[in-house]
Amino acid sequence: MNTVVDVHKLHKSYAGQRVVDDLSLSIKRGECYGLLGPNGAGKTTTLRLLLGLTDPDGGTVRLLDHAVPGHAREARLKLGVVPQIDNLDPDFTVAENLLVYGRYFGMSDAAINARIPMLLEFSNLTAKRDAMVPTLSGGMKRRLSLARALVNDPDIIFLDEPTTGLDPQARHLIWQRLRELTSQGKTLLLTTHFMEEAERLCHRLAILDHGRMIAEDTPHELIKHNIEPQVVEVFGDEVETWAQNYAAQFSQRFEVSGETAFCYVSDAQPLVAHLQAHAGLRYLHRPANLEDVFIKLTGREMRD
Amino acid sequence: MKQHFLTLPKFSMRFLPIWRRHLLVWWKVAIPSILGHLADPLIYMLGLGYGLGTLIPEMGGTSYLLFLAAGTLCYSTMNSATFEALYSGFSRMHHQRTWDAILNTPITLDDIVLSEILWAATKSLMSGLAVLLVIWILGMSHTLLSLWTIPLALLIGLCFSALGLIMTALAPSYDFFMYYFTLIITPMMMLSGVFFPVDQLPSALQSVSAVLPLTHAIDLARPLLNGNIPQHILLHLAVLVAYTLAGFYLSLVLFRNRLSK
Repeated sequence: MNTVVDVHKLHKSYAGQRVVDDLSLSIKRGECYGLLGPNGAGKTTTLRLLLGLTDPDGGTVRLLDHAVPGHAREARLKLGVVPQIDNLDPDFTVAENLLVYGRYFGMSDAAINARIPMLLEFSNLTAKRDAMVPTLSGGMKRRLSLARALVNDPDIIFLDEPTTGLDPQARHLIWQRLRELTSQGKTLLLTTHFMEEAERLCHRLAILDHGRMIAEDTPHELIKHNIEPQVVEVFGDEVETWAQNYAAQFSQRFEVSGETAFCYVSDAQPLVAHLQAHAGLRYLHRPANLEDVFIKLTGREMRD
Repeated sequence: MKQHFLTLPKFSMRFLPIWRRHLLVWWKVAIPSILGHLADPLIYMLGLGYGLGTLIPEMGGTSYLLFLAAGTLCYSTMNSATFEALYSGFSRMHHQRTWDAILNTPITLDDIVLSEILWAATKSLMSGLAVLLVIWILGMSHTLLSLWTIPLALLIGLCFSALGLIMTALAPSYDFFMYYFTLIITPMMMLSGVFFPVDQLPSALQSVSAVLPLTHAIDLARPLLNGNIPQHILLHLAVLVAYTLAGFYLSLVLFRNRLSK
């Protein structure tokens, strides 16, 4: 049983609006798979369908060889979930949250208590064992959510935007822990709109837009196949005039967004040389990244 | 609404860890909670009972104090279950997202709704025990038959938590519950014989009273506290059980619909 998540032609509509549209994907054991997409792309709905919390209008889901939603309960026994919005118990301490949550999986108090020290250490919360949840920082709450998702020693962990709202230090700690989990053979499915997070953590990822999968590959291959390798960002007051006159001449493709012109090129040298001679404009030359792919595929307009 | 939202609930022991969660939360506020359960009926019974009791020496064949005690026992248990199912239930479902957290585990919505009803009924049981304790301490009732009001308090709790959860399933926000109190709970208190006998009401209102669950609860509690075996026991129990089952089923269907979105 190497494929642990198998989704085939999944459909879901709300009020005539297709939220998940013909989605198929499969995830292997030990893989970290990312679902990327702008707000409203269908990421959270996909997770709800996979958990069996919402019924699909069509298509099939198999989790750990259990058909979902019919046997979602059995599948959830070996599943951990880090939700997008923290739903820790505010009336409880850190350790009580783990104890009470473990009981939902039918675990004995002895079995849970035996795991708590390890879970606290993993989430850097050993010193906070008896702290009440409302006294924790945002980063600590996310780590406790992660520890809670591991209480039943799951095979698969779903993480819905696990680092949204965290400062860089807290984010890096979460990333480090997630890498440890994949190296232990856990399968991770995470949604995010941090491209850096997806690029660093995910073995493979899918970009969703309007409920459809518009690209799926390793981060490296996605960048290689979808976009020019070099990006020069040009900014300054005169950037609009400059872009009208010169951008097309020096780049394969360019976009002006606000006071920045994004120039996508295979060879940046002629453009950089030109810009060095052009006082009043500043520029940043960098390799193309996942965010460039994402913006190219999903567009620049706001989705909220 | 989808067909399978209407399927009958499947019961399992999985409600127990959720019930234990609620108990652990309660345990942290146990002292003020117990004091509240004791103080409210004490204040009502002493205030109204002694105040009105001097003006009304007897009502329904007993002292006004004991008449009021039976009403107080029933509406206190009703209120405990109602507040728990409405405000605390809504908080767990909506505000704190406790249900969302639980639904990610092998527990189903059927288990959650069952645990909500059983927990709210547990609160009713505590409230009923507190009122009974006050009744005993004040020496109002000496009969062993009064012990039957303990399982009765549990049944009243089940009934009103099931009915209250219908409102919780429909509520967009906490403010919505004011309708339930203003339109249902408060009129029911006036129509069910808490403060005065139902036969004082105009006959049209008496027929309304006859279908209210609180009326049937009081018709059981009052004779029990007086040391008499109630009449029409099976009828009263059947009404309370019917409200419980109907409320549980309807609230479950509404929750399934609400939470599948």
